[in-house]
Formats: sequence, C-alpha cells, structure tokens
Amino acid sequence: MSTPTLEKQDQAPEPADATAAHTITVTFRIRRFNPEVAAESYWEDFQLDIDPKERVLDGLHKIKWDHDGTLTFRRSCAHGICGSDAMRINGRNRLACKTLIKDINPEKPITVEAIKGLTVLKDLVVDMDPFFQAYRDVMPFLITTGNEPTRERLQTAEDRERFDDTTKCILCAACTSSCPVFWNDGQYFGPAAIVNAHRFIFDSRDEGGEQRLEILNDRDGVWRCRTTFNCTDACPRGIEVTKAIQEVKRALITRRF
Amino acid sequence: MSAETTTPANDAVSAYDVDHPAPVIEAPRARTRKTPKTTRTNFEMYGWLFMRLSGIVLVVLVLGHLLIQLVLDGGVTKIGFAFVAGRWASPFWQAWDLIMLWLATLHGANGLRTIINDYAERDNTRLWLKGLLYTAAGFTIVLGTLVIFTFDPNIR
Ligand code: HEM
Ligand code: SF4
Ligand code: FES
Repeated sequence: MSTPTLEKQDQAPEPADATAAHTITVTFRIRRFNPEVAAESYWEDFQLDIDPKERVLDGLHKIKWDHDGTLTFRRSCAHGICGSDAMRINGRNRLACKTLIKDINPEKPITVEAIKGLTVLKDLVVDMDPFFQAYRDVMPFLITTGNEPTRERLQTAEDRERFDDTTKCILCAACTSSCPVFWNDGQYFGPAAIVNAHRFIFDSRDEGGEQRLEILNDRDGVWRCRTTFNCTDACPRGIEVTKAIQEVKRALITRRF
Repeated sequence: MSAETTTPANDAVSAYDVDHPAPVIEAPRARTRKTPKTTRTNFEMYGWLFMRLSGIVLVVLVLGHLLIQLVLDGGVTKIGFAFVAGRWASPFWQAWDLIMLWLATLHGANGLRTIINDYAERDNTRLWLKGLLYTAAGFTIVLGTLVIFTFDPNIR
C-alpha cells in the first residue's frame, strides 16, 4: 500500500442498543473557496454520522447530497481508476475514493482541501491545464520510424517489465502537487510528466527516447528534482515515482559518459 | 489565498458575484504553451553532477580543515599570523586551501542559484539576485586566490 495511514486499533465493544451502532460522528473540515462570494477561502466544518469503513469520498457525497449542495469537487469512477479526486486529506495528497475514514483517525476533524500548486477554481477543484501541458510536452505517445509492421510490435517479457511500474499512472496529479519544487515554480515539469516520459523512454518499441531525454535535460526538467520523495509517498497507485525520476537522470548521464 | 477560521465569509453583503468574481490567485509561474522550450545544453546536468562530486571532495577538505583549525593542537587559540604563515609555506596546504576555496564557493553559489530558481517568482528578481550572487562568488574566489598566491610572511 502506497499511502501509509494511521490505524485505529481500539475496537472497544460498542453498546449494542442503537441500530446504527456501527456509525460514528466525524467532523469534515473542508477548505471552501468561491470566487463569486469572496476573495478568501475559509474552513467549514460538517458533522456526519458515517460508517468508519466508508471512504472520504462517501463523506463528501453525503455533504453534497444532504447538507450543502454547493460543495464542489471532482470525481468520476469513484474506484481509483480515473484520477479525478486527488485532494489533500489531513495534509497529505490522496484519492478521496481510496481513503477509508477509519484509516485517518476520525476522532479528530478530517481536513480536506484542494491539491497545492495549481490554481483553485472552486472549493476542491483546481485548474489542471498546466499539469496536462507538462504531460503533453513530454510526448506521451509511441514514436517510431520506418514502415508500420503488419502485426503487433513484439516485445519480450523482460522488456515489458522494464517500464511496468510507470504504466500504472492515472494522471491524478497527487505527485506533482505534492512536490515542493512545483509549488514554488510551476514551470518544472513535475513528477507525473517525468513518470509518463519514463514509460516511453524505457519501452523497447519506442524510438523517441532521445527527444524526450533532451526535453527533460533542460532547465525545468529532471535536474530540478531534489529527491524529497513526496511524490512516491503521494502516489495512490504505489508507483516508485522518485526512482523513475532517478532512472531518467541516470539515462541522461550514461548517455553522455 | 489565506485561510481563516471556520466562519463562512458569505453572510455579509458580498462585493463579488457571477459577473464580478474575485480574482483567482494564480499558481506561481504556471506552465503554459509559452513556457520557453528546450535550450539543448547540458548545463543543468553538469551542475547536478558537480554538486555531488564537489560534495564528496568537500567532506574530506572541510572536515579536515575544521579538525586542524579548531580541534587538534590546542584548538582555535593556536591560530595566529605565524600559524597561517607556517602552513602556507607548504605547497600542500596552499593547494588544499585553494581547492577548498574554489569548490566551496562554486558549490555554495550553485546551491544558492538553485534556491533562487525555486523561490524568486519574478524574472527581474531572479536576474538581480543571481547578479548579486555571481558578483559575490566571483569576488570571493578572486580575492581568496590572490591572497593564497601572493601571501608574504615577511610583511610588516
Ligand atoms: C561537507 C560536504 C558537503 C556535501 C557532501 C554537500 C553535498 C551537497 C549536495 C549533494 C547538494 C545537492 C542537493 C540537491 O540537489 O538536492 C548540496 C546542495 C547545497 N550545498 Fe552542499 N555539500 C557540502 C558542503 C557544502 C558547503 C561547505 C556549502 C557552503 C559553502 C554548501 C552549500 C550548499 C547549498 C547552498 C546547497 C543548495 C541547497 C539546496 O539545493 O536546497 N554545501 N550539497
Ligand atoms: S504517478 Fe501516481 S501520483 Fe503521479 S499522477 Fe500518476 S498515479 Fe497520480
Ligand atoms: S473518482 Fe476516479 S480515481 Fe477517485
């Protein structure tokens, strides 16, 4: 599991009277921002009776459906596939749909805010354009020369294994928006773009590796990485993001020497 | 944007509405289509390598330097004109100090360049801070080198 979470172990015997004995009261402390109302953001508390085995996303749904319909956030698949609902939960970037309430100490208020380093548009929704611009800039598609083969481009199991880890990315931006270099200067490509470049640089079928390395060799490329490991900690897919960045650095150095 | 306590701000009559939304605060130096494209040099790679290689050498040079100057043979009280003059009579210590001066200054300056790139948002601020940094580093290297090579123990 990629995001270590605090386990609550004291499962004290509950009084067996109430029908809803399995629910607990949890405070959701959400950072709200609406540019049509105020220039400042503010924290708003919501009290919910909720099963601790539910996810933070379920809590957000409850709030939006039963308490305050203006709460704005992104989600699509609700099952950790689409990468829409990365947010900062208790100060760490996670997917709301993969974070169980019981795992993040529901005794204390659960803080939920937008991911950092990207412009907040409303509540938990940020402008993802700069993130996807960096992604597009590393050319995340197969580049080949010569005639197209009449059948699949074959590859050995070992060749496939080489970049297996970085194929798992769902472009949620949890890594990039956990990176202190990116917080301070959004022109850094950021971990997610490097992960997706890695996926093609180390693919034996791809011939655009040189171009991608050249792009990442520049001012805003891999050399800005300071190895803080925030990205690896943040990735909900368990991708070893920092390792992938180091492998690109190594490829750049061995290319020269 | 700053976040205050838990009270909603929208109970008062708001100055903002659909037609006059508050200006959203842009993330610093957002990546756009206009972000400069690659320069095709290896400068950043050599800078990164230099930090690591000079760091390895500096471990020996700086720790050795601190040990000799501050710990061994009576510690800091022994340092005086005669002590410095005695050491710089030997080309070995001249070379030690010269290499340490160059590596530490270049290493420190490159490290600060990284930090300026990280934290100075406006291009003009970056320009001036880096100008100041390079001037200071250049001055330190020139002055230090001059002293090591022209040091005269018989000065009076
Ligand atoms: C004692 C041996 C030293 C070692 C092993 C060492 C190693 C390093 C390394 C590897 C980095 C790069 C960090 C990164 O890219 O994330 C670095 C950064 C830096 N070093 Fe050193 N260094 C040493 C001594 C010094 C000295 C003597 C100075 C001051 C003159 C200095 C000033 C800096 C600065 C300002 C940075 C930038 C910090 C940052 O990137 O956040 N270092 N050092
Ligand atoms: S590498 Fe992980 S954290 Fe980063 S965008 Fe991909 S899935 Fe999200
Ligand atoms: S909603 Fe799709 S990843 Fe969470």
